[in-house]
Amino acid sequence: MNTETLIPYVGVVTEITQQTPDVKTFRVEAPGGGKLFEHKPGQCAMLSVPGISEAMISITSSPTNTEYMEFSVKKCGCLTEWLHAMEVGQMITVRGPYGRHFPVYDELLGKNLMIVAGGIGLAPVRSVINYVRDNRDKFGTVDIVYGSRSKDDLVYYDEIVNEWMNTPGFNVHLTIDNPQEGWDGHVGFVPNYVKELNPDLDKTVLMCGPPIMIKFTLGGLMELGFKKEQVYTTMELRMKCGIGKCGRCNIGNKYVCKDGPVFRFDELDELPNEY
Amino acid sequence: MQKMMEKRALELLGDGTVNRVLGWSAGDFIYDVTPAVFKTAEEVQDKFLYNDFCGANLSKYLVKESRKEGKILVFLKPCDTYSFNQLIAEHRIIRENIYAIGVECFGKADEEKLRAKGITGITGIEMKDGTYTVHTVYGDETVKAYEVMADRCLSCKSKKHVAYDELLGSEGEVVEDCNRFDMVEKLEAMTPDERYEFWRGELSRCIRCNACRNICPACTCEQCVFDNPNSGVSQKAAVNSFEENMFHIIRAFHVAGRCTDCGECSRVCPQHIPLHLLNRKFIKDVNTFYGEYQAGENPEAKPPLGKYEKNDIEPGEAGGAKA
Amino acid sequence: MKKLSLAKLNDFFAAVAAKETLYLPVNNNVGKAEYKKWESGVEMSSALNTVRSAKDFFFPQTENLMEFKMTGKSVEVFDTREECEDFVIFGVRACDAASFAILDSVYLVDPVDSYYKSRREHGTVVTMACSKPAETCFCGTFGIDAANPAGDVTVWEVEGAYMLRANTEKGEALLASVADLLEDGCEKCVEEAQAKTRAILAKLPLAGLTTEGVGVGKTKELFDHPAWASLSESCLGCGTCTFVCPTCQCYDVRDFDTGNGIKRFRCWDSCMYSDFTKMAHGNSRNSQLERFRQRFMHKLVYYPDRNDGTFGCVGCGRCLARCPISMNIVKVMKTLGGKN
Repeated sequence: MNTETLIPYVGVVTEITQQTPDVKTFRVEAPGGGKLFEHKPGQCAMLSVPGISEAMISITSSPTNTEYMEFSVKKCGCLTEWLHAMEVGQMITVRGPYGRHFPVYDELLGKNLMIVAGGIGLAPVRSVINYVRDNRDKFGTVDIVYGSRSKDDLVYYDEIVNEWMNTPGFNVHLTIDNPQEGWDGHVGFVPNYVKELNPDLDKTVLMCGPPIMIKFTLGGLMELGFKKEQVYTTMELRMKCGIGKCGRCNIGNKYVCKDGPVFRFDELDELPNEY
Repeated sequence: MQKMMEKRALELLGDGTVNRVLGWSAGDFIYDVTPAVFKTAEEVQDKFLYNDFCGANLSKYLVKESRKEGKILVFLKPCDTYSFNQLIAEHRIIRENIYAIGVECFGKADEEKLRAKGITGITGIEMKDGTYTVHTVYGDETVKAYEVMADRCLSCKSKKHVAYDELLGSEGEVVEDCNRFDMVEKLEAMTPDERYEFWRGELSRCIRCNACRNICPACTCEQCVFDNPNSGVSQKAAVNSFEENMFHIIRAFHVAGRCTDCGECSRVCPQHIPLHLLNRKFIKDVNTFYGEYQAGENPEAKPPLGKYEKNDIEPGEAGGAKA
Repeated sequence: MKKLSLAKLNDFFAAVAAKETLYLPVNNNVGKAEYKKWESGVEMSSALNTVRSAKDFFFPQTENLMEFKMTGKSVEVFDTREECEDFVIFGVRACDAASFAILDSVYLVDPVDSYYKSRREHGTVVTMACSKPAETCFCGTFGIDAANPAGDVTVWEVEGAYMLRANTEKGEALLASVADLLEDGCEKCVEEAQAKTRAILAKLPLAGLTTEGVGVGKTKELFDHPAWASLSESCLGCGTCTFVCPTCQCYDVRDFDTGNGIKRFRCWDSCMYSDFTKMAHGNSRNSQLERFRQRFMHKLVYYPDRNDGTFGCVGCGRCLARCPISMNIVKVMKTLGGKN
């Protein structure tokens, strides 16, 4: 990790992929090639374009990727608009890695996993999914329930269909909010789909998506008999420093940037409902 | 006066004329009164206070409060009534939802002036016949009320209530010779360099806490330009020392012709910057260039900077500093 | 314990200032105390405390972090900070001295803030015991002794002289550097001065203020407390309390286009401001009630939770004196503790 915590590295954007109409994935490498730093699945980094702003973005690539890091960014503010407009070869600044990762090195080992994601919420858990694919023997089955507004809004669609669906022990369940021409898959909201799938209670759930999806999926899981100790999520709040000092991303006595962004739901129960 | 106010508050709450009372709530020391909305008779009996330290202008709270259900009683000092009228003129408060009682004011005390006299460790203050007996852990002190009167009250422009539904005490008179432009004249007489030095000396103390803006009854924008990240001027603290000047100058321009000279900006400034002088300069200039005008005096009056007349002064004629 | 005759005070300041920059409370043009650099002829303020706290020395209101040069698609980063020089702050009160420990617990824990650390290492803190506390003082509530402040050197004023005690190596070095101005001190005089101050402290109106009802583990109980609505009702949402507070340490990071590159600086921020937690797609604290609650929960519950029960307030009383509407942490504590 950089010893000067607020001073970033410079990275080069080497590939830009349009994922959906408003999401692009940026591949970032060190100017001389290779990764800027190592990270663990679920961790984040502060991306910045000097003069525009700096924002916390999850690292969507797996740590097992040795060549580059990837960030998937939805266009929704001034920095993200700038990132969406830039071209390959542009340098940006990156600092990190920040935060608590998904416990893939201990608690999740050997477990059957269920990943539940909505929209851009697949980005933070994609890091876990690809980590698990690269360490296939260390984990049990993997169910992925992923939904978005429409087929066009499903991120990593090619990767899902060509790679995840062909991974042994992986079951991918896609859904979109409304029927659409050319879509013969499931239609409906993620929380309902999870209930319909009626997953076995031995699974550990990793969840990320819009707050409303999280709320209703969690409720559904509780009804099915899951315990909060089995369900992890990853949070997003306004951040500036990324190191638990600037004081704005706290939920109660926890800083999302440092103590999160990954939380288990029984831990969130201890915190005030301010997120 | 407090007794009379409390009595009326209880009556009006009791007969359903109003369902809330906006007044001042007692604190730990006699001077640390907090504006508060009282909803029940018990709250009024328990905490309602009116004394020489109730300087806070309550009218701005009506922007929010007059949009709530039911009618609210507000107590207004003479200078507060000008802010009240100005807010009506700008359609920022809903008059029908307010029952305004004017209360007499003979000038408010400034606890900073007690501190400046070296009085500290205050445990209580008795106010009688223009004299304060201040009890402190270091012994009692006696001061005359006028010795610790707030500067803004020493140059009070008007003891007249310009808006009310009911009065407690007399309506009051406009103070003709209030001398409130004395310091402005001194500043005008300075050379540009001297004046620049004066303002740099004052404004360089600014910590960008926004207290002046947030207390100001003329600052009621839904979103302030200084809070808009796209405005280019939204810096919180200055990246270079000139920015705080811009903040205050832009603010003074924005309230020009609308500022009633209530003096709240200077009262709340933690760094004691005489911000009211900027506003008074504009008031004086408006008087000079467009004829005598007092913002808030008459909510029907057309504001001089908000109307056009063929004989309006041309920008070049206004003079200003000659470098 | 050493003694400095007040007749030699100016020589003492001159000797210290000859070696490193010396700051002390000085009355400004409106008669309020603020820390200023000592130069010949500068007189120390007799005020109990400065309007702004001493945190500025370690956590300045604005600070340049780095600069960037953008050329075409390339970005260069420059660490532009200058080497911090040694300095001495003289006349820090017990409350502010205690606030440094609180700032340390934020900025010196991993990952260390190197900007802050550098200034901490180069600064020597000389504290001054209080002799005339004000009605707004309540440091005792948080276990701080105004008669025995922390710091590298502690000073007590006794008749005609200062008594000085070095508490750290830095403090020893400072006193050693001016040894020829000092005489042997008098422990007993200090004890007498302390006894006097403590007798006054016990009589202050807030002497009985306790932390009952707040502190570690109170989040669930206090977060939804009905009193937040009335407590925050007249809050203006300004940043006065945060900016005069010696322990408020939140900051914002901003970029400024100088026309010749980008300057990235940080500046004090306030949780009372509406944009503090605003994101492109929402805000986790939309109302002033939530923002107000955050400030006090942070000091009275969240910070103690993270720091073995230490409170994030030192009772300096600045917010009591400065809040435009006289709402403050004491009123909050009394209300939450059921005393109001």
